Amino acid sequence: MLKRIIALVKKEFLIIWRDPKSRMLIIIPPIMQLFIFAYAMTMEVRNIDMAILDRSNTLESRELISKFESSKWFRKFIYVKNENELRKSIETQKAHIALEINSDFSSKIKRGKTADVQIITDGRQTNTAAIAGGYANEIINKYSDEFSKGKNTKINFETRSWYNENLEYMYYTLASLVVLLAMVITLLLTSLSIARERELGTFDQLIVSPCTPFEILAGKTIAPMGVALSLSMFMAFVAVFHFKMPFRGSVILYLISTVIAILSITGVGLFVSALSKTQQQAILGAFTFQTPASLLSGFISPIEDMPRFFQYLTFLDPLRFYMVIGKGIFLKNMPLQDVITNLIPLCIIAIITLGGAMWLFNKQLD
Amino acid sequence: MNESAIEIKNLTYKFNSSDSYALEDICVEIRKSTISGIVGPDSAGKTTLLRCITGLLTPQKGNIRTFNLNPTKQQEEINKILGYMPQKFGLYEDLSVEENLNLYFQLKEIPESNKNEIFEKLYHFTNLEQFKKRAAGKLSGGMKQKLGLACALLGKPDLLVLDEPSVGVDPISRKELMKMVKELSSCDTTTIWSTTYMDEAQSFDFCIVLNKGKIIYKGKPFNLGKNTKEFENKIIKIMGGYKEKESFLAKDFTLKKTDIECPVRAIGLEKKYGDFYAVKNNTFCIKKGEIFGLLGPNGAGKSTSFKMMCGLTTPSAGSAKIMNIDIVKNPSKARSYIGYMAQKFSLYGSLDVLGNLNFFASIYGLEGKEKETEIKKVAEVFELEPFLKQDAKELSLGFKQRLALACAIMHKPPVLFLDEPTSGVDPIARKEFWSHIKGLAKKGVTTMVTTHFMDEAEYCDRISLFFKGEAIATGTPDELQKKAHTKNMEEAFSVLIERSQTK
Repeated sequence: MLKRIIALVKKEFLIIWRDPKSRMLIIIPPIMQLFIFAYAMTMEVRNIDMAILDRSNTLESRELISKFESSKWFRKFIYVKNENELRKSIETQKAHIALEINSDFSSKIKRGKTADVQIITDGRQTNTAAIAGGYANEIINKYSDEFSKGKNTKINFETRSWYNENLEYMYYTLASLVVLLAMVITLLLTSLSIARERELGTFDQLIVSPCTPFEILAGKTIAPMGVALSLSMFMAFVAVFHFKMPFRGSVILYLISTVIAILSITGVGLFVSALSKTQQQAILGAFTFQTPASLLSGFISPIEDMPRFFQYLTFLDPLRFYMVIGKGIFLKNMPLQDVITNLIPLCIIAIITLGGAMWLFNKQLD
Repeated sequence: MNESAIEIKNLTYKFNSSDSYALEDICVEIRKSTISGIVGPDSAGKTTLLRCITGLLTPQKGNIRTFNLNPTKQQEEINKILGYMPQKFGLYEDLSVEENLNLYFQLKEIPESNKNEIFEKLYHFTNLEQFKKRAAGKLSGGMKQKLGLACALLGKPDLLVLDEPSVGVDPISRKELMKMVKELSSCDTTTIWSTTYMDEAQSFDFCIVLNKGKIIYKGKPFNLGKNTKEFENKIIKIMGGYKEKESFLAKDFTLKKTDIECPVRAIGLEKKYGDFYAVKNNTFCIKKGEIFGLLGPNGAGKSTSFKMMCGLTTPSAGSAKIMNIDIVKNPSKARSYIGYMAQKFSLYGSLDVLGNLNFFASIYGLEGKEKETEIKKVAEVFELEPFLKQDAKELSLGFKQRLALACAIMHKPPVLFLDEPTSGVDPIARKEFWSHIKGLAKKGVTTMVTTHFMDEAEYCDRISLFFKGEAIATGTPDELQKKAHTKNMEEAFSVLIERSQTK
């Protein structure tokens, strides 16, 4: 039995790898997407509302604020009196960003010393926060340059993001993308595999051989898994070494999680493939799963912001759990316990989808 | 003498991917209002020639005049007078029979006024009236071809070009196709029909025999032979001849000894779809070393029976046993005794020849030295050595067939299942193929085969004739002919079916 499985796995590998067209189709688009998303997904944001806590209340501080007022990106300014009000304005999302100027601002720059300014962004809206923070940086830098002409003065500003300390927007996108693309590759490979054999007529030949359905499916699980795993490792590699994304968690935990996540998606792919008569149908079926799965994964919008019903629906989405693990391991050192809490539902989904694919496959042989 | 419809002078065509010529220095003239056959083995250039005539390919050298038009430059004018049916006609499988006809009717811009009359006539000839609303994809092979031909015949084209319309079609449907062309095309129509069936080619007005891109005969088929057998022998002779020789494959073939008398047995096999019996109470026993043929028109239940025997379809009742092992209860074990060859080429096209051999050897449990020697041997016997590194999909049909047989017999199966193994294959390759099967049978391999070729039926030791889900007659070819009081299988086939219909 083992020898037959090995032969089947080898064959699946060869079929994926030998055809130059299919090889290109597997490698190029994911990597292209990785680069395009990483570089292109900075969108311009306008109409930013800003809360201002001006403790200095001097000519200099007002001059800085006027720079913000005259810029095209900012819309409304809410002047707050204390820390508490500032917190509230961010919390209730009245303001996307807050500017805090210390009382010694004016005296410090006048004396040619470094003055401190703090910018606070709403980390829950990662995208807006990152971009608004960027604009603020730009404005303060410009002001600082103008002021310090010929002098030694400098404004030191610090951007802090509440709820998501050390906001690194590109990293967030990258980590999610590596996860997302692992799913796309796995789904593509597995959903095509049975359908391709059906379409080309090799399926009957395989069924008439001594291979049992279990062996055939094992071959169709292991080979795409190998390809998807190596590609997703490669993408993680590109993210870390080319885009300098941090990798803060455990590599082994990441590997184990990826294997289980890929397994659960393989089950979905094989299920779709067993249902399809042609490769075209299989691709359509894969898309039918892929789009809602990515939407519900929390990549595009936070799960907490979804309507209650959809929040429950996300529990069926293997990508949701894998997304949490992936981002957790990349961006922060996610503790083992948290990884396991997310791995358990992934395992359950894997068992259900693979079992379902097996059941359907067997049923269709009648 | 009629004026000429098509004039071809020094036509040469070469595919970019190939070193040799697909067509070389072809000179021929086809007269108007005739039916001409293009005959030749697989990859002889039949399709290429037809595509040059219709302007789908532009030859590198030479001149073609199709109805006094230049096919490459005046394609639009040619399309107006042309009815073309490629090997796989472009039927829309999800559209119904009627919708398909309607579509082609509109595409050809035929005046609406005659529509009912034309459709009625086509339905009458194709017997498709009752299936009007059925999706084209759900028709049997023969019916699909008839529908395709009906679409090509719409608008009474001056030139009707048919590329192997009868491949994989049963003899009755083949006769009907021929009848359709002869009666439905107007007497001004010029028909060109490519085929590997010798009985068809023999009945045409004119025939062109192609081999390796060259014309080796052109003229009246009647001059080559007065009947199909004579004609076929003559064609084989001019194609280089075929010598009956002992199959090398069978020479060193040894089977494990068994006491099993009937390696293949069907006991009351039945398949029901709803209320419809696809196969009814089918019982037979194939003895060791016997070649057993399943015959019958498309949709008679022979394919379903065959599939149940392989375990591709689960029977509704009854059982199938291979070497005394029930194929439903213990499929893996039972299947390890079977060598299987499907009608359609069913190996991995994107793997190379060696890859296919390796894979099938492994899944049938061959390994190590034994695997290597077995692969080497079949590669030698089937002359596959030069192609070992070539993708299987690039092989010609004849070689694909060889590779498929090679993959099926490497593990020395005591039982061989062949599903229309030679449809579309030229006569020489077919004879070669059967010499292997005969040789293997002598060594004790039990063979079950489905076929459309009546002459192939004569290779069988015993035949089971299927009609409407039932085996209506079983016996040796001689017995069946005697029973029907006829001298050849083809007639016996028709007589026995007619008889069961009147019952």
